[in-house]
Amino acid sequence: MNNALIIGQYVPGDSLVHRLDPRTKITIIFFFVFIVFLANNIASYTLLTVFALASMLTSRVPIRFIIKGLTPVWFLIVFTFILHLFVTKEGTVIAEFWIFEFYSGGLIQGIAISVRFFLLILVTSLLTLTTTPIEITDAIEDMLHPLNRFKFPVHELALMMSISLRFIPTLLQETDKISRAQASRGVDFKTGPVKDRIQAIVPLLVPLFVSAFKRAEELAMAMEARGYQGGEGRTKLRELKIERNDIFIFILFAFVIAGLFMTRTYG
Amino acid sequence: MDITFENVTYIYQQNTPFAHKAIQDLSFHIESGSIVAIIGHTGSGKSTLIQHLNGLSVPTEGEVRIGEYRLSQEHKPKDMKELRSRVGVVFQYPEHQLFEETVAKDIAFGPQNFGVPEAVIKERIKDVIPAVGLSESVLERSPFDLSGGQMRRVAIAGVLAVKPDVLVLDEPTAGLDPRGQKEIMDMFYRLHNEQDLTTVLVTHSMEDALKYADRILILNKGTKFMEGTPEEVFSQKEALQSVQLDVPEMVQFLNRFEEKFGQQIPFRNQSVEEIAQMIQQIIKELNQDE
Repeated sequence: MNNALIIGQYVPGDSLVHRLDPRTKITIIFFFVFIVFLANNIASYTLLTVFALASMLTSRVPIRFIIKGLTPVWFLIVFTFILHLFVTKEGTVIAEFWIFEFYSGGLIQGIAISVRFFLLILVTSLLTLTTTPIEITDAIEDMLHPLNRFKFPVHELALMMSISLRFIPTLLQETDKISRAQASRGVDFKTGPVKDRIQAIVPLLVPLFVSAFKRAEELAMAMEARGYQGGEGRTKLRELKIERNDIFIFILFAFVIAGLFMTRTYG
Repeated sequence: MDITFENVTYIYQQNTPFAHKAIQDLSFHIESGSIVAIIGHTGSGKSTLIQHLNGLSVPTEGEVRIGEYRLSQEHKPKDMKELRSRVGVVFQYPEHQLFEETVAKDIAFGPQNFGVPEAVIKERIKDVIPAVGLSESVLERSPFDLSGGQMRRVAIAGVLAVKPDVLVLDEPTAGLDPRGQKEIMDMFYRLHNEQDLTTVLVTHSMEDALKYADRILILNKGTKFMEGTPEEVFSQKEALQSVQLDVPEMVQFLNRFEEKFGQQIPFRNQSVEEIAQMIQQIIKELNQDE
């Protein structure tokens, strides 16, 4: 059905990366996103790349799957690379072509930015590839918990997130089902003038909305019937627990950060 | 239209970690004008099979032939419209596909897509409304104001208005009360005979399969488990039970009768009245013996 839609797709597994506490993963990725911008020479970039590739390999997510997930952003990476190549005018001229002059600085900048992009996307997609959406919401709820003091509805926010995540596959299935039914009634979603194709969406959207509203109502009713009343005093089926692996990874990551500050050039 | 499956295999999401074989090496033939019941558990490949009947899915391996249409990897017709106008599919819970403001517009939607002239569509609406057991007063109402059973009839009318040669029914009675179930099935049976249709009925109900089908095809885990006339299939109680399927009540009754009285009444798809007469006969003979 949706072969291109890999971003945000969980690949079941039992690797070290899968078993890590989601909070560990989110924290590390949060900081990783920052420190990627601190790298500024070959040694520091290598360090971060090794860390990212090592996490990818330990996760044992099939490589072709990760590559597929990167497809939508390949274009962006290549585009920034070429842009840098043409625009940056630092260092020495290394090649000339017609009216263009390519500078060594442009090449280096281009590569650096592409690697940066690649690392960012690799690490963040690794999070969603190895963590179920439910784990992610649980982690976010837990991490936002201090905001409760400021009357911020953390639990409600997390609930909204998990409900919408929960219904994404359902809605996709429903879309699939209805589009099949309408295609059988002669709707052509794939060919024809744009105007016709836009019109073809109406017979898809109306039933989809009708069923989504119906589902929302049923869910609300079921929750009320079972006495749901929000976060206060609620216990969890899956308790998040920081284990030895998490501490080990945190220490390892601390070394990576320390290494980065040691290898990067200053001034 | 004759329908033939030849060594059909279908794989969902091929070349991903989610690849999943829904149908495997399936071959069968459906004769034009017959009613064929397809029975199997959830996940046995029934729904995938249905999608091959009007080109929603094209076999990964093998070939499907529907009348003069051929579907295979080597032979993918660009335009499925004509095939789809000749094979009408009533999906599970067809009322979910309704979307127009009025019932009349919704019924006209299919024929319009297939390029039927407006004047003809008007005629067809007049024909299908009584055929599905609705009155013309619903035509200008919103389909969403109708009851569930009525909505289903409207959706069915929308498929019939295309005037297909083949009618594919995916559990058309799911979620209806017993009376509604009987009405809908009797309606399809009448339409099948009146309009010379070829009908493919996917069902969980052994009773319906026994009552309406000329032939039965039983699927298990994407492969053909059994095929034959209702008598042939339902006389193999043990085989059916091995895939957690029951035999119809009638057959169960005959088996019990044999256990209790030691008298065998061979199952030949008799009516209840015929069986009652046979039992009477047997009891008379037993009494005479004593």
